[in-house]
Amino acid sequence: MSRVKSLSVALGLCLAAAGAVHAQDAAPVELKLWHAYRDSEEQALLEAARVYKEQTGVQVTPIGIAFGAYSSKVETAVPRGNGPDLLIGAHDVLSKWQRLGVVEPAGEDSTAYRAGAGAALELEGKRYGYPLAFKTLVLLYNPELIQDPPTDTDALLAAAKAHTGGGSFGLAYEATAAYYFAPWMHGFGAKISGDDVHLDSPELIAALAFARRVGMDEGIVPKSPTSELMGSLFDEGKAAFVISGPWFAAGRKRAIAAIPLPTVSQTGLPALPFLGVEGVFVAGQAKHPGEAAKFAAWLAGPEGAAIRQELGGQAVAAKDAPPLPDTLETSVIRAVLAQAETAILMPTDPQLPNVWEALEDALRKVMRGAATPEEAAKGAEQYRKVLSRPPPEAANPVPYVVIMVLVGLGALVWLCLPLRDPNVRQEIKNKKVDYLWVFPAAVAMLALVVVPFVAGAAVSLFAHSQGEWTFVGFSNFLNIVLSRDWPVTSPLSFYYTLVVTILWTLTNVFLHVSIGMGLALVLREPWIRLRGVWRALLIVPWAVPNYITALIWKMMFHVQYGAINALLGFGGEPAQIDWFSSFSMAFSANLITNTWLGFPFMMVVTLGALQAIPRDLEEAAELDGAGAWFRFRHVTWPLLKPALLPALVIGSVWTFNMFNVIYLVSGGQPDSSTEILISEAYRWAFKRDLRYGYAAAYAVLIFGVLFVYGRAANKLAGKKVL
Amino acid sequence: MRQPSQSRLILTHVGLVVFTALTLYPVLWVFRLALESDAGLGGGLLPIPRDVTLDNFRNVLGTTDSHGWLFGKQLFNSIFVSVLTALMGLVLSATAAYSLSRWDFPGRNRAIGAFLVTQMFPGVVMLIPIYILLDKVGLLDSLLGLALVYSTTSVPFSVWMLKGYFDTIPRALEEAAALDGCTRFQTFFTVILPLAKPALAVVALFSFMTAWNEFILAATLMGDARSYTLPVVLNGYVDEYGADWGAFAAGAIIVSLPVMALFFALQRYFVEGLTAGSVKG
Repeated sequence: MSRVKSLSVALGLCLAAAGAVHAQDAAPVELKLWHAYRDSEEQALLEAARVYKEQTGVQVTPIGIAFGAYSSKVETAVPRGNGPDLLIGAHDVLSKWQRLGVVEPAGEDSTAYRAGAGAALELEGKRYGYPLAFKTLVLLYNPELIQDPPTDTDALLAAAKAHTGGGSFGLAYEATAAYYFAPWMHGFGAKISGDDVHLDSPELIAALAFARRVGMDEGIVPKSPTSELMGSLFDEGKAAFVISGPWFAAGRKRAIAAIPLPTVSQTGLPALPFLGVEGVFVAGQAKHPGEAAKFAAWLAGPEGAAIRQELGGQAVAAKDAPPLPDTLETSVIRAVLAQAETAILMPTDPQLPNVWEALEDALRKVMRGAATPEEAAKGAEQYRKVLSRPPPEAANPVPYVVIMVLVGLGALVWLCLPLRDPNVRQEIKNKKVDYLWVFPAAVAMLALVVVPFVAGAAVSLFAHSQGEWTFVGFSNFLNIVLSRDWPVTSPLSFYYTLVVTILWTLTNVFLHVSIGMGLALVLREPWIRLRGVWRALLIVPWAVPNYITALIWKMMFHVQYGAINALLGFGGEPAQIDWFSSFSMAFSANLITNTWLGFPFMMVVTLGALQAIPRDLEEAAELDGAGAWFRFRHVTWPLLKPALLPALVIGSVWTFNMFNVIYLVSGGQPDSSTEILISEAYRWAFKRDLRYGYAAAYAVLIFGVLFVYGRAANKLAGKKVL
Repeated sequence: MRQPSQSRLILTHVGLVVFTALTLYPVLWVFRLALESDAGLGGGLLPIPRDVTLDNFRNVLGTTDSHGWLFGKQLFNSIFVSVLTALMGLVLSATAAYSLSRWDFPGRNRAIGAFLVTQMFPGVVMLIPIYILLDKVGLLDSLLGLALVYSTTSVPFSVWMLKGYFDTIPRALEEAAALDGCTRFQTFFTVILPLAKPALAVVALFSFMTAWNEFILAATLMGDARSYTLPVVLNGYVDEYGADWGAFAAGAIIVSLPVMALFFALQRYFVEGLTAGSVKG
């Protein structure tokens, strides 16, 4: 082991040295630029890079990274020196990036920016990054349907109502997302950042009630509108108004216009959205920081801005961008720039993610009708308090280190116990060669599976908050196991999720085995025509990658346009089942998807097992007049059982940790109630304020549960199956 | 066994047709989305495309960047990583499974248990440690590093299956080979491995699939678009900022076809390879 390790370290050093030599070469400079742009914004970036190369000879290579993976990738790679030279990001991640060493302060910059743009990228009096563009919500509309866009909400609702019906909707927006709720919130005078945040304030309750009216009661907004759904509705002329940002306008297939959001008629206050200021940053540990800063300044400056405005449709931050004529084509950019002047800069308050999570939870409850605005607001306030509680007290690591060392020694002693026997020692000596055969696999597993897991598990003894790690001992475990943060019956408690996970595993395995076995019993009959064809077609679900089919199923479960509801309408009007609004329906949707994915494995296993079972026993039973069920129960099943048991146990372990289906189909909705342990752990690690320690404790508990289960399965089966 | 009655025969076949149709329904939807020019609103019951175009396939297959044919490079990455994973997985698991099946050395049972216990590790916490580890040994952003990680994730299941299969091969064969003067290694290569072909095929396919379908590790460990594997690319078509379902579906078909082809080609091995061990062993 140690030799392999030192070898690989040496290898690593060699590679690093080779890299260093390479960097010193007088090769032409190439700047790498990471971004999460798509479509026209990406095109504009590529064009800017091309122009810049023509002017200066410096090659800039923009590298697009999927939006969902962007921040985690930046935060892991850049601090370890594996990042690019330049990064594009919004001002609200700046303080985190600065703390992690992801970004460098900006250099000299002669560009004049619009009000607020430069300040948004400042931190402790220093400016990081060069402002590129504003991102905010505006009221987009179809100019063929709307000639005179409304400036208050009463007029908006009336106009939207007039354009609803016959498959068309007056207004489309993501009514259950906190970002889209923010304008109403500000329009009612509520706020969610600062010292004195209360989510149960009367203003917020009024805003929730209003959101419910707009999003549901008026019937003018399509249900569960995803951005692609809104896009196609708009392109087909079936959406009069859309509340969204400049990104929505990119690539639309019909004319689109925009104005700033209306005032809320009830209060007379403008509905102000949050404002994001996007900038380009010189990355920490950039290979060519000087050249990178030059390009960044150029990209943010008038020349770069002209390209981004013209090709990318960006509302650029530079003042000296080409003037925008008063035409339909520039309508969206002009609206965004106008809105940017009044919009509220997205707070960089470290508590914001917690407030956000609580708020969105309340919003979804209100939209679904599961709670009144008052109840939801009260719940949200409680939820916020728990989420934003400071991490557990720091603990003294010494006793823990002692315990760990003792446990480790104990395990070692236990492993070496058989060595006391001289016969065993002799045997090991004699069979040295045997160990060599297991050695490669054991080393690989140790290095790439066991070590990462132990390292990951060790994180459970720490708390992570805003980039700082504190040693907290077993606090994370105690909080989870004693359910200190929530009542046991809350969907966020460990026990609730454990029960759901067990229910999930049991129902899945039962359906997998019964459907798989049923099909296998039918398909083995010699009188079935085209046996090979059925068998080949029925294993298709297993062959298609499961993230693909999970996404397709998610789409088929859509309440208004999904194929499942159409199917349940039996040719008539589609059924109106909202699959993700109640636990039982959402759980069923997950279950249907995973049953579909899982039965082929059991079918194939059963077919194999059946081949080994002689049929004469069954035939004898049939001659004796035994019925089909009796024959199955007393002849076939006892013979099948030993063969199926291992597959069943391993299948149940897979199902227990089946992350993809839960995450992609129901996503835990409603209110995290359909989450299973593994997806809950993921949420704690990556969605809820990066509580890695808490998530790691979850992971250790998952392992514990499965370990106990494996032991029990061995006992029950009477032999080693796991 | 008696020939079933006519009505039972018909009913069973009708049932099979209906069940198979339901099973294939989502897959047919993928085809519809891939073939439509405007795959947006689900709309409707039947997965029959409203218009047929190959534009989606053209768009997915034809992506380029400043270095040339981007899709080609990504396809190469996927094939390279998956084949390498299958090979390394086979070497690692076959040797281990054989020794665990044949020889009773001290610690053997613990080793078998240990392999299976690793199946219970939740992957969530392992991502960042693996990243740091590969970074330290200089295998970050390398196809070899990615294949190494993948092959270890498939090893436990492979060892479990192969051991089951090796258990069914009578020891008399090895004894005969030993009498002929074969070393253990020669016996393993010339006698055992050829006999274990069905199980080896299944194990190779599973390891291949692990690598072919994975995207979270690949997205984290690989540096840029030129080193991505196809699942990462595919996932990029549907993210929070909008979705290109047509491109996603076309890509899904391109990604799934090789696996399906392998599945059908190796199908006859499946039944035997998957269960022989547990039935007879």
